[in-house]
Amino acid sequence: MQQLVEDLMSGSRRAAARLISLVENDAPLKRELLKEIFPHTGKAYVIGVTGAPGSGKSSLVDCLLQQMRADDLKIGVIGVDPTSPFSGGAILGDRIRMQEHALDRDIFIRSMGTRGSLGGLARATREAIQVLDAFGKDVVLIETVGVGQSEVDIVRTADSTMVVLTPAGGDSVQTIKAGIMEIADIFVINKADLPGAERTATEINMMLDMKESDQWRPPVLSAVSVRSEGIGAVWDCLKDHRRFMEESGRLMEIRRERVRRELTEQVEYLVKNRIWDQVKEQIELESLLEKIVLRREDPYSAAYELLEQINFYSEG
Amino acid sequence: MSSRKIRVLVAKPGLDGHDRGVKVVARGLRDAGMEVIYTGLHQTPQQVAETALQEDVDVVGLSILSGAHMTLAPRIKELLCENGMEDVLLLVGGIIPEGDREKLLSAGHADQVFTPGDPLDKITAYIFNQFQESTSS
Repeated sequence: MQQLVEDLMSGSRRAAARLISLVENDAPLKRELLKEIFPHTGKAYVIGVTGAPGSGKSSLVDCLLQQMRADDLKIGVIGVDPTSPFSGGAILGDRIRMQEHALDRDIFIRSMGTRGSLGGLARATREAIQVLDAFGKDVVLIETVGVGQSEVDIVRTADSTMVVLTPAGGDSVQTIKAGIMEIADIFVINKADLPGAERTATEINMMLDMKESDQWRPPVLSAVSVRSEGIGAVWDCLKDHRRFMEESGRLMEIRRERVRRELTEQVEYLVKNRIWDQVKEQIELESLLEKIVLRREDPYSAAYELLEQINFYSEG
Repeated sequence: MSSRKIRVLVAKPGLDGHDRGVKVVARGLRDAGMEVIYTGLHQTPQQVAETALQEDVDVVGLSILSGAHMTLAPRIKELLCENGMEDVLLLVGGIIPEGDREKLLSAGHADQVFTPGDPLDKITAYIFNQFQESTSS
């Protein structure tokens, strides 16, 4: 394990790939690994790309990679695609649009299945970002699954979030609904050569006009990713947003918030595991379940009694 | 708590542009619970090997209908080994004459060869068999 982390630090792509698998598979070593890696993280800037299926997220990422490489940045890409809730399998196809960059040593692309997570990211996306961060990537680009309206985990993970739309994506009420329309730092209307692009831009701007003025008003940009049009402006905008985040102190703020959430989640995870270990050790769960199924006991009292039996309440 | 999944790269190396077959196989593997990474058409052996490395796959499946399998398969096997991925299962599918199949297998340029008419179950069962020990632990 130590070797793997050392190899990662010395630039081994194989080690990076192995480490991502280990955290993704919840390997017993995971906690230890993340602990080793943590001191080397915190340098990468994380950009999220989200939007409906087929809006052109992968193609846009492909174009952005070119721009970023021109600025001599080292980049990690995580492409997330849905895991089948039925078979547990997945087809991960985000790479198809990015294979041009497959042999660029300074770009590392990894596909992940959601594996049961519902917020648009994979379960272990955050851990995979840490691996790529420690690996020395300047920027980590996260492409979410094609989302609908409320899968907004990306905003808790990325430093800048880009929402990709296509022209004529519905009437103006769609733009004032909650969820994905609220999380954008930048809107990109892709496939802007199709009719309706200008109207879509107007509608988004009208929605933004209704909001109280903030320090950062999300710009609405147009692009045609298959012809690489408008990509320079998108990249400039991302850089502007990063500058804003850093200079206004927002970046420290959201990173602090993220740390707080991660710590809370870790504590909850440990507490939960500890309690369940005790419960499984001391209580015959199946017969209790049976009672509830037969309606002889209700689940609310059963939960309470269960915790009482392992002395959960008495210790305080 | 460990939740390992078999990861498979399915790739179309070389110049043939027919990907119906490989998509059917990809879907079959997905339905069997595997994570399938598809690269799209016209991949060079270098691209295939590098993708296998970054994606840390357990299996590489090549779909070759162009007749170039005797060149592409050995080259990809060689590059995988250079990357320290000699343990990766290399499967070749497509239009492979019987004589070539023997040569690929005996030279170790492929772990198994599947041709038209082989049912999907045969492919998934083969893969599951190879990973039985590592996934049940």
